Amino acid sequence: MSERVFRFRLNGTEVEGRAEPRRLLSDYLRDDLGLTGTHVGCEHGICGACTIHLNGRAVRSCLLFACQVDGAEVRTVEGLADARDPLSPLQEAFWEHHGLQCGFCTPGMLMTAAELLETNPDPTEGEIREAISGNLCRCTGYVFIVDAIRAAADKLGARGAERQ
Amino acid sequence: MKPASFEYVTARTVEEAVRALADSEGEGKCLAGGQSLVPLMNFRLARPPLLVDLGQVDELRQLRHDDDGSLVVGALVTHREVAGSPLIAERVPLLAEAAREVGHAAIRNRGTIGGSFAHADPVAELPCVGLTLDAEIVAAGPHRRRTIAAADFFQGPFTTALAADEVLVEIRFPASGAERSGWAFCELARRRGDLAVVGVAAQLERRGQRLSARIGLAGVAGRPVRAVAAEAGLSGATPDAASFRAAGEAVAASLAPPSDIHGSAALRRRVASVLTERALERAARRLEAA
Repeated sequence: MSERVFRFRLNGTEVEGRAEPRRLLSDYLRDDLGLTGTHVGCEHGICGACTIHLNGRAVRSCLLFACQVDGAEVRTVEGLADARDPLSPLQEAFWEHHGLQCGFCTPGMLMTAAELLETNPDPTEGEIREAISGNLCRCTGYVFIVDAIRAAADKLGARGAERQ
Repeated sequence: MKPASFEYVTARTVEEAVRALADSEGEGKCLAGGQSLVPLMNFRLARPPLLVDLGQVDELRQLRHDDDGSLVVGALVTHREVAGSPLIAERVPLLAEAAREVGHAAIRNRGTIGGSFAHADPVAELPCVGLTLDAEIVAAGPHRRRTIAAADFFQGPFTTALAADEVLVEIRFPASGAERSGWAFCELARRRGDLAVVGVAAQLERRGQRLSARIGLAGVAGRPVRAVAAEAGLSGATPDAASFRAAGEAVAASLAPPSDIHGSAALRRRVASVLTERALERAARRLEAA
């Protein structure tokens, strides 16, 4: 099968990609571009480890073919923090609240939580649990993950208040 | 866990997509949100030699109401859009409520109503609502477009009336004609966001002094079904706890659901009965508030 050429923005940078149609976006990001922050767990849309943002929305990258992102804006966990900061406020909160144990689910949790906080800056615990219901943590460290997301909401809210 | 090789074409119009399907002699598959098809391909349970990507077909993103009062939802409208659309909340709130139960947020961000209808999982929420509200499915083929009633569209597990060279264009929800209505969608899933074991869609409609009910069930047969006996029992009845309990009992008596690892026939029958009662109670509260 012939390769497809596609152009998209990846973490703010224009990329011209080339891949067979069957190439999953998750594999393309990890193996062709070396962006191994996106993790691959179940490869059928259950575990959420491969969650990325496509045009601002959290989606499973294992359920997308790389060539489908032609013309799209893609953000991976590598693009969460600003270039000048090593970690985003959300990532800092995960660090501070021990929101990870083995780290396998972490990139998917972060991308899911980032979308949540962008659309709902002040979520309740219930809303946080609902939002991450599609992300499996097999260390079962959900309590600290929920704490971290709530703390990130507080931190981002305080920053927003300072700016006003 | 990687899909087999396939040819990939991007359609710009419905006609282009239909032509590509026709050229593949029925072997091609349409790719919409990919939330059901791509898992099947990754498992190699599906190995289509051709995928026709509908993502660039703008016609399929329409969301509008027609002069006759029906709501038209394009095949590519996502579950997230269905759940959040003010137009759908106003015109077909039962559909919006059901869409919130589909999978997880990341699935709802990509998954589409057309994909859900064409995939025809017997436990899927939106096909159940389509059947309950007598929706019509518009399909485009090489020679013409045709309209298929939901009751004829869903034929069995993962089987629809769509021909191999047809593209699902849009789904039309007719205006109910009721002066007031109340609605509810209830489902039982083992975990939040999992596929449902059983789902129930209910809508109570009032025309003058007359009450009528629509009840649809998912997960109790190979396709969504209407609870005909329960609907008839509620026709003209007083909407109260006793009549809703009787409707639940009528549902249980009418079903012969399948047993599988997700639930036995007895469990499904009992859950369908309880959820019917609950959905009717919630629908009645909304009817009163309307």
